[in-house]
Amino acid sequence: MVSAAMTAEGTRSMSEAGDSLAIETSGLVKSFGGTRAVDGIDLTVPAGTVYGVLGPNGAGKTTTVRMLATLLRPDGGQARVFGHDVVREADAVRSRVSLTGQYASVDEDLTGMENLVLLSRLLGYRKPAARERAVTLLEAFGLTEAADRQVKNYSGGMRRRLDIAASILNTPDLLFLDEPTTGLDPRSRNQVWDIVRAVVAHGTTVLLTTQYLEEADRLAERIAVIDRGKVIAEGTPGELKSSVGAGSVHVRLRDRWQREQARQVLARVLGTEVQLDADPVALTARIMDGDSRDRASAQASRALAELDEAGITVDDFSLGQPSLDEVFLALTGHPAEERDENEQEVAE
Amino acid sequence: MTATTTAPDRDPTAETISAVLSREVRPPRPGALSASLAFGWRAMLKIKHVPSQLFDITAFPIMITLMFTYLFGGALAGSTREYLQFLLPGIMVMSVVMTSMYTGMSVNIDISKGVFDRFRTLPIWRPAPMVGYILGDMFRYTAGALVILAVGLILGFRPDGGALGVLAGIALLVAFSFALSWLWTMLGLLVRTERSVMGISMLVLFPATFLSNILVDPKTMPGWLQVFVDLNLIAHLVAAVRGLMSGDAVVDELLWTAVCGGVLIAVFGTLTMRLYNRK
Ligand SMILES: Nc1ncnc2c1ncn2[C@@H]1O[C@H](COP(=O)(O)OP(=O)(O)O)[C@@H](O)[C@H]1O
Ligand SMILES: [Mg+2]
Repeated sequence: MVSAAMTAEGTRSMSEAGDSLAIETSGLVKSFGGTRAVDGIDLTVPAGTVYGVLGPNGAGKTTTVRMLATLLRPDGGQARVFGHDVVREADAVRSRVSLTGQYASVDEDLTGMENLVLLSRLLGYRKPAARERAVTLLEAFGLTEAADRQVKNYSGGMRRRLDIAASILNTPDLLFLDEPTTGLDPRSRNQVWDIVRAVVAHGTTVLLTTQYLEEADRLAERIAVIDRGKVIAEGTPGELKSSVGAGSVHVRLRDRWQREQARQVLARVLGTEVQLDADPVALTARIMDGDSRDRASAQASRALAELDEAGITVDDFSLGQPSLDEVFLALTGHPAEERDENEQEVAE
Repeated sequence: MTATTTAPDRDPTAETISAVLSREVRPPRPGALSASLAFGWRAMLKIKHVPSQLFDITAFPIMITLMFTYLFGGALAGSTREYLQFLLPGIMVMSVVMTSMYTGMSVNIDISKGVFDRFRTLPIWRPAPMVGYILGDMFRYTAGALVILAVGLILGFRPDGGALGVLAGIALLVAFSFALSWLWTMLGLLVRTERSVMGISMLVLFPATFLSNILVDPKTMPGWLQVFVDLNLIAHLVAAVRGLMSGDAVVDELLWTAVCGGVLIAVFGTLTMRLYNRK
């Protein structure tokens, strides 16, 4: 058994050595009626990485993923997954990918165990092996206790975990996760993030769509920002951020009555508008003109010195990269979708 | 978000997940038969978890058997017992054919859920999910037919064809319903809501079952209606099943039914798969 496993692993990684690109699309188009849901998307996803597709609701993320996963036929353009055309060689693509859709892709009437046994059988496991595989996966995903309960009685986080367990049952070479954390509480969201990291560490390529800038920033090595069916920016999280500005200075004061004075000092030194945060002792200022990191830190040091000179007590001073929220606003001219209110309430 | 359930299991960690990944061996993909059987197993699990489905396939046939036997028996054949010998095979066909439309409804319900997407991304024989629904439904057809047979035997149904004839009749009925189910899978893929699937199915099934030889001998009907009955597939199926159960040779009706079944599978099976692939 063990030696068989090793042989299979060995053959598999060899066959993959040649595929340096997991996904390659050019001019991908899909229309529904009059609207172009996907309007000429070019993507290049290197194998073995997490690639983030970031965009607000209705941007065309799900439509793109469905075309790549062979569920929808593109109206125009080309898409290849590990070199296989998603239309002409759909079967070859299917044998290497799996999808966790935006809405549960498990059977709600069945139990968690039955779902995984069914899928194991469909992936070629024989009866006893299928059950064994299901048991192992349920345990790894913390679902043993819920194994014999119908999925309709699962919480959102458990359902999502089962869904991902089903998707990695066969250790795909490419895993599509369509908004895997939308609607999850922070604890479940962190679990999904850990799972994604483990899966990619194993060598599986992950294409993850999200509306959450923080999520793409944390997980993805490269990000495509899409809006209204078009890629409006592409690069590493760092590249995207520096295209907007060098960074922001975050200041926390000891005394709130000094904030107005601090605002004036910062505005003078940095030459930009200073934002007063919700926290009554905090301020944030964007450094706009510094296109290099060094200039930005020089300016920040000068600001700190001047605050000190003016007799303002600073508790905390930091120079951070701009958030992806700012990136989105700068790129599209409109802010990204707000998060669900429920989710912000849940504190960790 | 309300957490309705708390799992006392250990939370998944990078280690637990890596462990299940690294031991992974990809088995060869399953053949057409085992994939279809796996989907058939799923249909059986659904019956287990939603047993109300069984109520539909047992209560309805019992009701119509009793209703028609006592409502029409005296008027049409002089005695209920005599009428039952004529009616029972037909009523069996009627209720099994009626339950066949559940196939279309289950297909349609599944499409609206994400699980269908998962099935469609699997590297399996493409028609397997569809065959799976129909396999599950064949269980229902058989169960429905046996329930009616039991009720009939209690009420005094004594077929001349004997046990063998009756079983052959049921087998033919289930096989024909398998063929007819492809019409419903196509409809389930084509139509938007479960409600419209049901509506359209009724629109086909009501005339097909009532304007037939199930309840009365077509010789009592006006000429134009006899023409319709003559063209009605269900009427030929009823004649064949009735013939098998009463022990009469009905070779031409059997042939007709077999040819129609084959055509149904060829036409609607193809259309179903075309829609399934295009969806
Ligand atoms: N099946 C469909 N029929 C009609 N319009 C659709 C369909 N699927 C998506 N759309 C439209 O296409 C656009 C992109 O949708 P989608 O890909 O789901 O975006 P996202 O996943 O980024 O939220 C939206 O305007 C949506 O209304
Ligand atoms: Mg979406």
